[in-house]
Amino acid sequence: MTGLASSPSRPTGAAGTTGAGMTSDTEDTTGTTGTGETSAPVLEAVGLTRHIPMHGRHRGQSVRAVEGVDLALRRGQILALVGQSGSGKTTLARLLALGDRPTAGEIRFDGRQLDAARGRDRKQHFSHVQMIMQDPFASLNRLHRLRYILSRPLRNFGGVGSAELDARIIELLERVHLTPGREFIDKYPHELSGGQRQRAAIARALAADPSVLLGDEPVSMLDVSIRLDILNLLTELRDRDGLAMLYITHDIASARHVANDIVVMYSGRIVEGGPAEAVTQNAQHPYTQLLLAASPDPERLLAGDTDGTDDASDASDADNNGGTGTTTGTDRLDAARDADANTTDAAGCPFRARCPHAQPICAEQMPDPIDVGSGHWSRCWLHR
Amino acid sequence: MTRRLPIRVPANRKVRFGLLIFLVLVLVAAFGPLFVSHVLGQSPTRLHAGGALESPSGKHWLGTTSSGQDVLAQLVAGTRTSLLVGLVGGAIATALAVLLGVLSGYSTGRSGAALTAFVNIFLVIPGLPLLILVASYTRGRGGWVTVAVIIGLTSWAGGARAKRAQTLSLRNRDFVAAAGYSGESRARILFLEVMPHLAPVIASTFLFSVVGSIAAEAGLDFIGAGHASTVSWGTMLYWVQSQGALQSGAWWWFLPPGLCIALVGTAAGLVNFGVDELADPRLRTRRATGPAARPRRTGGLTPEKAR
Repeated sequence: MTGLASSPSRPTGAAGTTGAGMTSDTEDTTGTTGTGETSAPVLEAVGLTRHIPMHGRHRGQSVRAVEGVDLALRRGQILALVGQSGSGKTTLARLLALGDRPTAGEIRFDGRQLDAARGRDRKQHFSHVQMIMQDPFASLNRLHRLRYILSRPLRNFGGVGSAELDARIIELLERVHLTPGREFIDKYPHELSGGQRQRAAIARALAADPSVLLGDEPVSMLDVSIRLDILNLLTELRDRDGLAMLYITHDIASARHVANDIVVMYSGRIVEGGPAEAVTQNAQHPYTQLLLAASPDPERLLAGDTDGTDDASDASDADNNGGTGTTTGTDRLDAARDADANTTDAAGCPFRARCPHAQPICAEQMPDPIDVGSGHWSRCWLHR
Repeated sequence: MTRRLPIRVPANRKVRFGLLIFLVLVLVAAFGPLFVSHVLGQSPTRLHAGGALESPSGKHWLGTTSSGQDVLAQLVAGTRTSLLVGLVGGAIATALAVLLGVLSGYSTGRSGAALTAFVNIFLVIPGLPLLILVASYTRGRGGWVTVAVIIGLTSWAGGARAKRAQTLSLRNRDFVAAAGYSGESRARILFLEVMPHLAPVIASTFLFSVVGSIAAEAGLDFIGAGHASTVSWGTMLYWVQSQGALQSGAWWWFLPPGLCIALVGTAAGLVNFGVDELADPRLRTRRATGPAARPRRTGGLTPEKAR
């Protein structure tokens, strides 16, 4: 499965990248990780933008769901995309899966630019890039047995004949640890638990034999006790099969657990990125610091290292009702959702309304990614 | 163990009773005329087979009309006409409703808008006057088939609107998008992912279209817009009315056709109780295994077998 886009396609990938302007260069120097590897990206977004026009009272305005995003997914690596609700994570995933058409920007697979409007491109793309959706209760048609659900991508992409179909389906089921596969093949989705359903959804994605998986909050609808299993399954697929993966989440702690790299998204823009450890342990952008402050981390609480929390509480002056750093962060996140800047002007940093360090320049322009060392970068004037 | 029998007898008693009524009516329509003519030696159209307004007897099981026709023979012949009109009219109306409703809901852009406009136009055309107009114009030509076709062509709009609404809500479900990512064609998504979810709506539309068609046919005949020589429940009621059977107390004449129409409606209502099972495999399982069988949104409470 992984042989699809290996070394022969590298040169074209590189050629496509150089033509892309400033953004892909920064991706190469910065977005690529401290894990040392710099293979050519399998799936790449350059300046990807999606504006969603509004209707009714707000006719004429549009939501800037995704604004000039650059991303690169590499073989055998998981890139985590972290951000709060409404920050454009899912829209970005749909764009990457060609489930939606971008307003501007490019999507490249193995260096080849794709056109979401072309049916042939889309179908071909689906055979390389598969999506795991957030809600396993909604993403499986309850009227079909797993046999049917899994047979469709096998037939559509693999051209698998009826003779070997059952064997392939069982193999898929066992690959996602739905064992014994023979027992699960005739089940309806309602006969499965949430975790089992998500496994079935992952099996369906794998049936297309993709080289990239896009996980749109694949564990957020699952019970906490099952999350780790699914996350371990994803890392296993990365390590064993060398899949490239985008792991979308609002839970920065789980991102640290599975991902090689993390990018942080706020209001349609990527504000910080780099190796997972660097981003979580040494967050640079004020928003990332806020996110970290909002996630419960026993180590940090014990150590009393409240770097991000202090910044957050400085600004939250009045409404800080004496809770821990964690609750402070949560309060701030809630407040921020109301003041979300998605529909306002494009210029400036979208986070400035909430930022404890806002300066006049923040309203005028968002800085280009600024390298803060070992592939870790941030888009904040503080680091200029 | 999870396999279903090819034909299941519905467990619900209401549904069973409704189906039983339909079965009896269909049997009457299919074999009743034979029985009436060969065993009882009666004909629905022969005048003066007995005296005028005879009450039920061994010879005339349901008495006679004011012209001495056998009421049972008429009722049986009328059952055949009415059921045929109901089935054909209902089938046409349902087919059109599904086709136009689902397509207008599923297609986006101009074609979808045009289809929706077309449906809306038909929705606001008052059905009954149109029906009367067309039926008076054809007046008996083509027999019950014409009536059925006219009824079918004028009564689909409401059903189409309901299908459209359902399709709209289904179109953006995750599993439809997932089917797209699985490389399915639009037609296949429509017919195998979206449409099966409409099965209960389609089935209940069909049930009530059948009843509606039977009622419409009876209504047309009753007001005299049908063909006077056709024997149906409607024409029977027309003659009941014009001959003043109510005033003369000939209950054996007006009660049977009225009851038959009511019976069809009741049966449809009862069968409708079982329609939900069509689109929910969960309801099909013989015995619910208790609350644990519905792991909705909680997933992890039951220990996972699949570790």
